[in-house]
Amino acid sequence: MSKFEALAGNEAVATAMRQINPDVVAAYPITPQTSTVQKFADFVADGLVDTEFVTVESEHSAMSACVGASAAGARVMTATSANGLALMWEIVYIAASNRCPIVMSLVNRALSAPINIHCDHSDVMGIRDSGWIIIFSEDGQEAYDNLIQAVRIAEHPDVLLPVAVCQDGFITSHGMERVEIYDDEDVKAFVGTYEPKWPLLDIEHPKTYGPLDFYDYYYEHKRQQVEAMENAQQVVLDVAAEFKEKFGREYGLFEKYRLDDAEVAVVVLNSTAGTAKVVVDQLRDEGLKVGLLKPRLFRPFPAQELAQALSHLKAVAVMDRSISFGAMGNAGPLYLELAAALATHGVHIPIADYVYGLGGRDILPHEIEQVYRDALQIAATGRVEQMVTYLSVRE
Amino acid sequence: MATKLTPRELAKKEDRLAPGHRLCAGCGASIIVRQMLAAIDEPVVIANATGCLEVATTIYPYTAWRVPWIHNAFENAASTISGVEAAYRSLVRQGKIPEQDVKFIAFGGDGGTYDIGLQALSGAAERGHQFLYVCYDNGAYMNTGIQRSSATPYGANTTTSPAGKVIPGKRQFRKDLTAIMAAHGIPYVAQAAPSQWKDLMEKTRKAVNSGGPAFMNVLSSCNRGWRHPTDETVEITQLAVDTCFWPLYEVENGVWKLNYKPKEKLPVEEWLKRQGRFRHLFKPENRHMIDELQAEVDRRWERLLHLCGEA
Repeated sequence: MSKFEALAGNEAVATAMRQINPDVVAAYPITPQTSTVQKFADFVADGLVDTEFVTVESEHSAMSACVGASAAGARVMTATSANGLALMWEIVYIAASNRCPIVMSLVNRALSAPINIHCDHSDVMGIRDSGWIIIFSEDGQEAYDNLIQAVRIAEHPDVLLPVAVCQDGFITSHGMERVEIYDDEDVKAFVGTYEPKWPLLDIEHPKTYGPLDFYDYYYEHKRQQVEAMENAQQVVLDVAAEFKEKFGREYGLFEKYRLDDAEVAVVVLNSTAGTAKVVVDQLRDEGLKVGLLKPRLFRPFPAQELAQALSHLKAVAVMDRSISFGAMGNAGPLYLELAAALATHGVHIPIADYVYGLGGRDILPHEIEQVYRDALQIAATGRVEQMVTYLSVRE
Repeated sequence: MATKLTPRELAKKEDRLAPGHRLCAGCGASIIVRQMLAAIDEPVVIANATGCLEVATTIYPYTAWRVPWIHNAFENAASTISGVEAAYRSLVRQGKIPEQDVKFIAFGGDGGTYDIGLQALSGAAERGHQFLYVCYDNGAYMNTGIQRSSATPYGANTTTSPAGKVIPGKRQFRKDLTAIMAAHGIPYVAQAAPSQWKDLMEKTRKAVNSGGPAFMNVLSSCNRGWRHPTDETVEITQLAVDTCFWPLYEVENGVWKLNYKPKEKLPVEEWLKRQGRFRHLFKPENRHMIDELQAEVDRRWERLLHLCGEA
């Protein structure tokens, strides 16, 4: 039987880790994900998991040990944030390239400098081209559910790629919410056991991992990573379908909220989607046809499906919690990618970008409301007056 | 029954590093690896830092390794083997794989160990993983083109400490990494050289059976960087030992022991003059640098004798 508990997002994630019972966890304390690792350390100390817990001396070594353990044939997890992820970056790329199905809880927060610690998405956007599957979560429940599904996605023989499951630093990682925790045995049955195909620890059949690989094969290996990414999208859907059957909660490539009959929509990641839903309801009460699209799967980017889902709209407003400095219009990564997706798939509707919430700056309902009203104006005129707006910033 | 460390018995064992690798003629690293792996009868799993040993023993789709081997990056051989060893303990404890007396070994050059990999090594040693870290110390970043490292000897000419008109080579003495690792209080730390192969092999056995993290610093000639004929590797390595530039000793559970005392301690210039990287030191105006290096070698040797109870 499942039960409802009052848990912070980090505690929900730590609970998922206990139920998944990975063979190895290597992690380094970096706020705000630290409470996940602390909670998990309690599970280790109390003998509730079989995990070998490696308390490494840096984030770089955390991911390095994860790669070693995953190659060895273990089911491996870690957790990080912000500068920790930035320090890991070299090995983040290697983990994907070595096809290590590591699962990482990534609590999104701002990169230095200036040092900040609060929520934005600059950390995860720095690894968006590293070969990891990236999944976003609105709240603790989704972070918990996504982490459980991530194990199955990562280890699927057609994928074998690492997965990062994101949630918003402090906003959901430390915000207590009602979370449905499934029965331990049901989660255990759902994730199954990991059967590595080429474990380094198969002593009788020695393997060489990470050889020098020049211009005669490197390119083909990169091409194979593309194939794995292509396969991942269907696997994400298949795992979600199985998850729904077992646990009743529905997940897809993205979530649509009052979108089907909407004329304008906001596209936004993670916790702000929750606030936006409230705004949608308020504006709907006024008779305005507004909706929301909340991407769940960011890598691989389901471009065609997103374009299809937004094709009936008169205007789209993207909200980005990071900046792609020097990119077109100094816009955010979500906008850039979505604008390209719409154009590529023949959906020619006005699309504007609203950067918000950097360094944990609060995003309030009335600000989101303003974005909707802007979008309605764009829909009315058919023109985007300003491609990128930096919401609520002192100029 | 462990294989006897005699040429006759060792010759019967299959090399774990197969012929056909692309390390240079006269390279110290391959001699060290083959000697050390021949000393171990148990299964081994190896992590290798980026460097000559890594690039020259693998090139996809080929490998010279007949044992499980992983290369991750430059600075993380110690954390990578930590992960492998942690996975082994976890999987054995859960009954997912059979228990064997597997020996976990990391190899790294001095650049990957003294410099960029020092933090990872220190962390892995402190955590107490069951592994042996071997630094093959050739005193510079040889793989990337002979750049100075913190292991490079005083005065050496490298591509980033060139012997110029004003600055005659490297201006710092080398870091004493072996002593730093001894200060970690791990069960076994040793310094060795392939010119004294039996000492090297015996130390390898002690290290992998020490019951905890072990560290060995092994002098490895690189004739490309040291500038000497390829057939003089072993001889020049032994000169480093006989000049006491590279003393052979071990620290077993905190007890320092000198393993070899040259009958006659040779002047360090006997070692220097055989290598092109020190040629500029023999100009009259640079003579003082040889004297300074000699003084530092003497100081470290006296300290070692004291630590080993030989003074």
